[in-house]
Amino acid sequence: MNRTTMELPSDTEIVITRTLGARASIVFDAWTKPEHLRRWWAPKSRGVTFVQCDVDLRPGGTYRYVLTHGGAEPFAFLGKYIEIDRPARLVYTQCFEPSPGVAMPGEAVITVTFEERDGSTTLVAREVYPSKEVRDGVLESGMEGGMRETFEQLEELVGSLRG
Amino acid sequence: MHETFTALAEPNRLRIVELLRHGSRAVGDIGVALHLNQPQVSKHLRVLKEAGLVEVEPRAQQRVYGLRAQPLRELDRWLERYRRIWDERLDELDELVGELDTKERKKKR
Repeated sequence: MNRTTMELPSDTEIVITRTLGARASIVFDAWTKPEHLRRWWAPKSRGVTFVQCDVDLRPGGTYRYVLTHGGAEPFAFLGKYIEIDRPARLVYTQCFEPSPGVAMPGEAVITVTFEERDGSTTLVAREVYPSKEVRDGVLESGMEGGMRETFEQLEELVGSLRG
Repeated sequence: MHETFTALAEPNRLRIVELLRHGSRAVGDIGVALHLNQPQVSKHLRVLKEAGLVEVEPRAQQRVYGLRAQPLRELDRWLERYRRIWDERLDELDELVGELDTKERKKKR
C-alpha cells in the first residue's frame, strides 16, 4: 500500500504527501524536536543511525543532523530555518554534506505544511532544488551518472505504465 | 539497469517503446508509424532487444516485436526508491505521533 505519495510537479521540485494519525501540533513537534527526529528521520532499513541532532528552532536558526551508515564516516544534512508558524507551516533550507565539513553544491528550500482535520494531519513537504540536475541527483542518490538527461522521459514513461 | 537507461535515452527508441505499449508490431509497421526507415528501425530494435526491452514474436512471414515488462518494472522500482525512503520514515513518524497524541490526551483528562 502506498500511503506516501511522491510527485515531481516541475523540473526542480519533489513533493511528498502523507496523512498521519495525530494532531498538527504533535506532528510539527515531531518534525522539529531532536528527541523525536532521532526516532523517525534516519531510514532504519538502510542501517542509517543518528550520531548527533542539533536544532535551534527560530527564524535564522540552524539545524544539523549527523548520521552514520553502519558506523562508517559520518555524513550530515543541515540547513537554516526561514519561517516557523507552528503548527501549520515550516520553511527551511537543506544541504547535504557527504563527509564532515564538505557540502555538496545546491541548497534545497523545503516548505512543509501541516493541515489538521478530524484529529489527523496531512503533511505536504515541497522540496525545491536550485536546478534539475541537483534534484535528479537527489533522486538518483547513488546511481551511476549519465542518466540524468533521460530522467524526464523515463518519468513520463513510468507514469504511463502505471496508469 | 544501466542498459535499460542507455537504451531508452535515444528519443526514437523511446518512441518505439511507447508505440509497442499499445501492442506488438511488425518492423515495417513501426517504421511507417514513426516515419523511420527500415534500417533505422532495425538498428534501434537491436539495441532494445539487447537491453531485454523487446522480444521477437515469430508470426507467419513477419518479424513482430513486442515489449518485455521486466526491465520496465525494474525502472519503476528505481524511481520508487526515494519515495520508499520517505514512506519508511513517515511510517515511523506516524507511529511516534500516534503515541505522543495518546499520551497528551491522557494527560489532559
